[in-house]
Amino acid sequence: MRTPRRVRTWIALITIWVVRIVFAAILAFPFYWMLITTFKRTTDLYDLKNNPFIFNEAPTLEHLRLLFNETLFLRWVMNTLFAGTIVVIITLVLAVPAAYALARLTGGWGAQLGIGVFLTYLIPSTLLFIPLSRVISLLGLQDSLWSVIVVYPSFTIPFSTWLLMGFFKTIPKDLEDAAMVDGLSRWGAFVKLMIPMSMSGILTVVIFAFTLVTQEFVYALTFISSATHQTVGVGVPTFLVRGDVFYWGSLMAACLITSLPIGVLYNTFLDRFIEGFTVGAVK
Amino acid sequence: MKGQRWLGPAMIAPAILYIVALVGLPFLMAFVYSVGDVKVGSVGYHFVGLQNFISILKNPTFRLALRNSFIFTISSQILVLIGANILALALKDAFPGRRLLRFLILLPWVAPVSIGSIGWKWILDSLYSVVNWVLVRMHLVKQFDAPVWLGEPKLAMISVIAVHTWHMLPFATVILLAGLTAIPKDIPEAAAVDGAGFFRTLFQITIPMMLPIINVAVLFGAIFTFTDMTVIYILTRGGPYDSTQVIPALAFFTGILGSDLAEGAAISIFMLPLLAVATYMVLRAAHRAEVT
Repeated sequence: MRTPRRVRTWIALITIWVVRIVFAAILAFPFYWMLITTFKRTTDLYDLKNNPFIFNEAPTLEHLRLLFNETLFLRWVMNTLFAGTIVVIITLVLAVPAAYALARLTGGWGAQLGIGVFLTYLIPSTLLFIPLSRVISLLGLQDSLWSVIVVYPSFTIPFSTWLLMGFFKTIPKDLEDAAMVDGLSRWGAFVKLMIPMSMSGILTVVIFAFTLVTQEFVYALTFISSATHQTVGVGVPTFLVRGDVFYWGSLMAACLITSLPIGVLYNTFLDRFIEGFTVGAVK
Repeated sequence: MKGQRWLGPAMIAPAILYIVALVGLPFLMAFVYSVGDVKVGSVGYHFVGLQNFISILKNPTFRLALRNSFIFTISSQILVLIGANILALALKDAFPGRRLLRFLILLPWVAPVSIGSIGWKWILDSLYSVVNWVLVRMHLVKQFDAPVWLGEPKLAMISVIAVHTWHMLPFATVILLAGLTAIPKDIPEAAAVDGAGFFRTLFQITIPMMLPIINVAVLFGAIFTFTDMTVIYILTRGGPYDSTQVIPALAFFTGILGSDLAEGAAISIFMLPLLAVATYMVLRAAHRAEVT
């Protein structure tokens, strides 16, 4: 005997919504927890008798005041914005022409080289950080924000080149051919025609490179030792802790303030990012 | 088309040089260091053969780290794969609130992992853990006998695996979603008309058709897990008693904090076999994309 069709549809619908809500609740829970911790009074946080899910005492802005006035948090944010901006510029200057040339000007070896470039993205920082720490000290950049500015393009360039290469390939060749018949040089066609036409691809790369800078942990932890030169990704988890004392309220406030903007930015270009990984497996 | 012959190489060269200088060169240096005697501040270089490798293979901490790396990677990837398949199926069709739900689900992947891990450190706190609060209220554990999540070897391993799974799950889910939407709708529909139920369609049609994309998700997931040290560094520093020590973290503690660059490099070399497999699979996928 089979269950009636309508009942089965209802069961399926309820199941699917339960799955959606349970997963979303678990995955987003730490961010909810950051939010509620940010505004709780210290006495409320550390009273074991209190229900931790609600405000047992009136909310407070004390943790935010402490974070902005008495820690280096803003400094780390500024450091990260500065490093991110320079890394984005280096990435664009090097990756955009390379991607165009790999997509257009080379023969069969262009595609091979493109894959080779992508593969370097897979070499992990935890394999390179030991030799790189020597390179950084040879360059005299140890304990300077510039150490990560120099190193980060080594992973933003490969992935950006790979993404842009795919992007340039989708633009019809006839357009440049027509422009060159009209008297533009190849370089002129690239600068005046292809770059303006690829603005959405270039914007993707800007956001991509920028978010990668904010997410990076290993290199910044390795090369930068003093708190004032840190980025936000290392500064918050390592320097907001004094000795064994965790200032959980301020710490969670910093986590929340850092995560949300990066999360929103990353979300906007995520589909393209995923395309970069799935080339060859999805048609 | 005058000048075109040098224009292409000239446009590619700067990017390639940058990558060679900061990826290729350090990559080779890692090998050179692993068979030498370099320490922080030391001058000169002496070839010592396989001495570093012999010394780390004798080291029980290293053997533990190697074992832990496999446990950490394999367990979290199995969990990610199961979770991502279920979640991708639940997110496949359009529904009201999909954008918001997608944003919430993606947060663990898009937020910086060091920051997310600190959030978990507070959730798993030895005294004020909200998880324990719930368990106590449900009378599953007693207040003064509550689990110390990051302080006991087995629980610490379970915790870092759980947090890493939490971080990687969204990434695998969006990759699988890309694969699901690429399956032509009429195939599962035809199967339904022929009387195949949900699970039969799932295991005999959807999952087999998704295999290439599942491979991609597992491949990148395994690389990002095996070579990552952030979650473990923040939650446990490899402790207690090295019970959560893994290869990349041990390379950091030995090579950077311990100043023994040579031995640290030798430890990190043990990540190479996995990278070689990954390279092979990427090349194969790329080749297939060119042929078809």
